[in-house]
Amino acid sequence: MHDLIQQLIIGLSIGATYALIALGYTMVYGVLRLINFAHGEVYMMGAVVGFHVTNLIARWRLPLWVSLPFVFVTAMVACAALGFLIEFLAYRPLRNRPRLVVLITAIGVSLLLQNLAQMWFIFGPTPQAFPPLIPQYSKTFGTPPNTITISNLDVLSFGLSVGLMAALAWVVLRTRTGLALRAVSYRFDTSSLMGINTNRTISFTFMLGSALAAVAGVVDAIRYDVKPLMGLMPGLKAFVAAVLGGIGSIPGALVGGMLMGLVETLVKGYLSSAYADAVAFVVLIVILLVKPSGLFGRYVPEKL
Amino acid sequence: MASIASTSHISRPRLPVWVINSALVLLIAAMWPLHRVLAENMNPYYLRILILIGLNVILATSLNLINGITGQFSLGHAGFMAIGAYAAGSLMKYFGPTGTQSAIALPALLAVGGFWAAVAGLLVGIPTLRLRGDYLAIATLGFGEIINTLIVNTEQIGPFEIGGSSGLHGIPIRTDFFWAYAAAIVCVASVWRLAYSAKGLAFRAVREDEVAAAAMGIDTTYYKVLAFVIGAFFAGVAGGLYATFDGNLAPESFRFMRSIEIVVMVVLGGSGSVTGAVVAAAVLTYLPEQLRFSNEWRMVIYSLALILMMILRPEGLLGGRELFRWRRRMAIPVVPADSGPRGT
Amino acid sequence: MALLEIINLSVHFGGLRALSDFNFALDERQLHGLIGPNGAGKTTAFNVVTGVYTPSTGDVRLAGESTVGARPFEINRLGIARTFQNIRLFRGLTVLENVLVGFNQSVTHGFWGTIVRSPHHQREDSLHEHEAMKLLATFGLAERHGELAQNLPYGDQRRLEIARALATRPRILLLDEPAAGMTPQEKLELMKLIRFIRGEFNVGIWLIEHDMKLVMAICERITVLDHGETIAVGTPGEVQADPKVIEAYLGEPV
Repeated sequence: MHDLIQQLIIGLSIGATYALIALGYTMVYGVLRLINFAHGEVYMMGAVVGFHVTNLIARWRLPLWVSLPFVFVTAMVACAALGFLIEFLAYRPLRNRPRLVVLITAIGVSLLLQNLAQMWFIFGPTPQAFPPLIPQYSKTFGTPPNTITISNLDVLSFGLSVGLMAALAWVVLRTRTGLALRAVSYRFDTSSLMGINTNRTISFTFMLGSALAAVAGVVDAIRYDVKPLMGLMPGLKAFVAAVLGGIGSIPGALVGGMLMGLVETLVKGYLSSAYADAVAFVVLIVILLVKPSGLFGRYVPEKL
Repeated sequence: MASIASTSHISRPRLPVWVINSALVLLIAAMWPLHRVLAENMNPYYLRILILIGLNVILATSLNLINGITGQFSLGHAGFMAIGAYAAGSLMKYFGPTGTQSAIALPALLAVGGFWAAVAGLLVGIPTLRLRGDYLAIATLGFGEIINTLIVNTEQIGPFEIGGSSGLHGIPIRTDFFWAYAAAIVCVASVWRLAYSAKGLAFRAVREDEVAAAAMGIDTTYYKVLAFVIGAFFAGVAGGLYATFDGNLAPESFRFMRSIEIVVMVVLGGSGSVTGAVVAAAVLTYLPEQLRFSNEWRMVIYSLALILMMILRPEGLLGGRELFRWRRRMAIPVVPADSGPRGT
Repeated sequence: MALLEIINLSVHFGGLRALSDFNFALDERQLHGLIGPNGAGKTTAFNVVTGVYTPSTGDVRLAGESTVGARPFEINRLGIARTFQNIRLFRGLTVLENVLVGFNQSVTHGFWGTIVRSPHHQREDSLHEHEAMKLLATFGLAERHGELAQNLPYGDQRRLEIARALATRPRILLLDEPAAGMTPQEKLELMKLIRFIRGEFNVGIWLIEHDMKLVMAICERITVLDHGETIAVGTPGEVQADPKVIEAYLGEPV
């Protein structure tokens, strides 16, 4: 029983980061009907930026309540800029092209970022541990062998995700830009006819999603390490999470992310860690066959 | 009727069919003396590249049948190749025929590899046929990764070694220029004839408009699955050729990146163009070798080139046309605006 | 018993009643029109008959046999062909190829024959090509057989779509707004064409159209739909005079 609860805690912690990344996928798909393959690499860049910034400020010995937000915010800003650039340079010129052309371009951007990250002047090909930023401690409950351990990283990860998602919900539901975002994701053409600057809304969507991915990137960098290909698997898994929750649906991304984290952890814990990665794809195929619109998604049939 | 002389859909060569068929057989036969000449005289490094070009031609052409001609978007082609490679490779290692036996054994094992890859094509094709565009792409990507995971976690199947994550080594080397190009010629000729025929017209109709195709009596499901099966078969053959050419198989070489490389070949050549895929396969096998000087920048250049090509010339080198029918311009299929993952 | 019968057909999409209690009968060589304001359910009726939608209740029968549950391509092979409201030609295929697709179901040689170009394959290909060209000639499109369908002028595209549908040798032909976007001259040609097709190909024609002059001129019977419900059925004269129809759709008689 305790084991199960432990797995659940781990699962939610991991799921929280998947949810953050999934939000980026789902929002971009909502407005552009595009699967932003490069999104996983934005997450990776968040980790890289966090890495460099932490190294930079190390000498100043800032107190944690200054350095931590600073690292996160810089990563978020950097990735928001990156997201903006990607959309502006690679996707916008292809706005009216067939979707598969854009998909291939997205794959190209993903590859580009992966390989740029391996350049010495960005990061380099070898994995490196994240420099010390947060003293890692954990609290253990219960008596051995029935113990449950929660680390502060789990709390941070989960707390950040929930907090950011609440903020996102506020932005989407209460602000005019958020309203524009929702309008564009319902009906592109009509939105622009109603005076919404669709280009700006789309840029904003990319920047928002990228900032969230950056947070996930930094968290995972602290949790594991930093490597240039770290975006590949989490990116794909987060995409599956977005589809699971219903692509285009923001609450769906949250729920989907948590579920993916839980499923993966449970499979790793109770079945075999070898198949943990493949689980994501099995889940994906099952959803696509059973209920492609996901848990919360809308499915709009083609008009004949 | 004189006006049909230049008909588009059927490749109406000026020569009778039996002449062309004989020419093809002769062409395949001519690969043997050519092979002997090259084996004696060519630098092995370049010969290896030449053979790899042959394999990539098979891969690109077979994927073209699925992606370009039938309009499905498969991102898991490397998975089919892997199945063919491991099937043929482990059987070849187990039986290890020598001498004249191997002359019969290789095509037999290639067929076995192709068969199992085709089975995989069936298993992948049937569930995914309802999906559209990017969803289909992701699903096939998923299947490719699942196949890879299965291979990594399998040490052997019965008495046949698979090798798991450390790979399969010590496969007897049997493939040479002759086998590679004989297979390539068969593959290209088959796909060409399939695409440009009355029955094959169905493939292209499915690509153009599935709903209309169904309204015209075309069993779209059948043709989509069939494209997968045939495409997977040839990919499996290419895999078997690769296994018995290199002697070593590493599961890592059959992942998403490999699938992408093949997709890029198809797109560079112009999706749907059989000759385009051949040209692009040759170019994309040869060029990276030339760029070996700068290994780290190589992939950066590759991905930049991919992006630029999509922005500037998505219709590929040949623009969707065939080399021999330059005037006939094929349109780039336009995916209808939609928001859901399923087709009707 | 009519060739095509629709009995008490209803189609609901969630809360939306696209068609309610729809009844219809069409015989060989009959010309029946279906009119009504936009959104009345006309194309829905076509979609049910061709197997794209499944009815919530009711039945569709071709020569007495129910076709409900059959898939679109099966229904076409049974003998029902259609054109589409928004033209759905195979844009990247040539004019000839578009029509040849219709002959696909008559192909008897297999894939092996295709790959080696067996005599069987060659014979059938020639035959089908010949038939396709004849069909195109009927529609005045023979000279342009090698052009890509997307490059044809609009009126020709609409005609090509009809030719393509006829290539499947149907017994019933469903035309969904074939005159949309045509010039008056083209519409006159179309009227002649439809009458010609009816006789030459022995098909029953069911026509959705908004051009009242055309509908009243060529249709023998007309069904009027409004909000999914049938508000009138009869000859053109009867329908034109029907007060419910006037109120819902026609306005004051011309």
